[in-house]
Amino acid sequence: MPHSKDTAAIVTYGDHEIITPENKLRGAVSKQASDQGNDDPVARAEKALAELSPEFASWMDSECDRLDRARHDLREGFTKPNKDALFHAAHDIKGEAATFGYPAIASAADSLCRLIDHTPEATRIPPQLIDQHVDAVRAIYREYARSDAKRLAKDLTKRLREVTDEFLISQNRDRPDVLAQLKAPSIVPE
Amino acid sequence: MVRIDFNRLRFLVIDDNAHMRRILRTLLHGFGAREVYEAEDGAAGLEAFTHYIPDIVITDWAMPIFDGLELMQMIRQPGANANPYVAIIMLTGHSEKKRVTAARDAGVTEFLAKPISAKGLYQRIINVVANPRPFIKTKTYFGPDRRRNVNSNYIGPERRKGGKADVIRQTPLLEKARAPV
Repeated sequence: MPHSKDTAAIVTYGDHEIITPENKLRGAVSKQASDQGNDDPVARAEKALAELSPEFASWMDSECDRLDRARHDLREGFTKPNKDALFHAAHDIKGEAATFGYPAIASAADSLCRLIDHTPEATRIPPQLIDQHVDAVRAIYREYARSDAKRLAKDLTKRLREVTDEFLISQNRDRPDVLAQLKAPSIVPE
Repeated sequence: MVRIDFNRLRFLVIDDNAHMRRILRTLLHGFGAREVYEAEDGAAGLEAFTHYIPDIVITDWAMPIFDGLELMQMIRQPGANANPYVAIIMLTGHSEKKRVTAARDAGVTEFLAKPISAKGLYQRIINVVANPRPFIKTKTYFGPDRRRNVNSNYIGPERRKGGKADVIRQTPLLEKARAPV
């Protein structure tokens, strides 16, 4: 197979090159005629996802169990692999919860990610603060059917975040760059 | 309106979470894609990339062995593999500015923050297929042009140095549809 660069247009300047690779994907593009507007690929994909959704509760359940196991493993031995496993479990929940239909869980998982990610010496993280996060995630999931679940989740997460931020600011008081990150909002809209 | 014939595209999904791989596969098949390959970590992802030569890579960031950022740096090596120009969409729970900047500087084509939506993924795919950016190669960077727009009102220093352009080669685009299977 010929190398891709062999069919690229290259323009060289003083300290850089601008390369225009051949667009091999161009053949997949077509202009839709106005009378073909009924076919909506996004709607088709959303329908396919909706058909998968009966699985989501059990998936969320298994992710919460994984988080719980990671918490117990970390309690048994505060090693880097165990710490990373807890972070990944929380990070996955942060990213998946809304897709699985449990958006109110994501913020508590995000707070745990921040706690692990921004503490310079991880062994100084209070174990009870980790437990409070894991228990909060599991409790919000368990009680999700309650009519006031979202309000309770919001209040619980707000308090967790306050305690976590207080801890992180104390741990990073000599690291202005990290302090700036902690105070910066996410650039992704809510 | 731009439409894409998804069954002409080959996708590689790299994510250590089986649930997320299943969701991505479902969405891509929903769009009409037929060829969707999967890998569960960065190392398996690199092997699959070499083996399948996908048109579009969708990768997570946080993964075991080596992560999505390291994987991207391995792919964006001119001359080191079959397609260093491949479109890479990073799909991640990381959404802090420093992460987005790091992904951009490693050569990501598009960045998509979780939670995933069918619309968000579709728009990123449309963009990489219909509006590909040229690549820039410097001593410290190889990847899609990080300047998405030309601002005529920009008054800062020009960081790219150079005088008269020297055109090395120009080859017409070869449409994927015309390529021999």
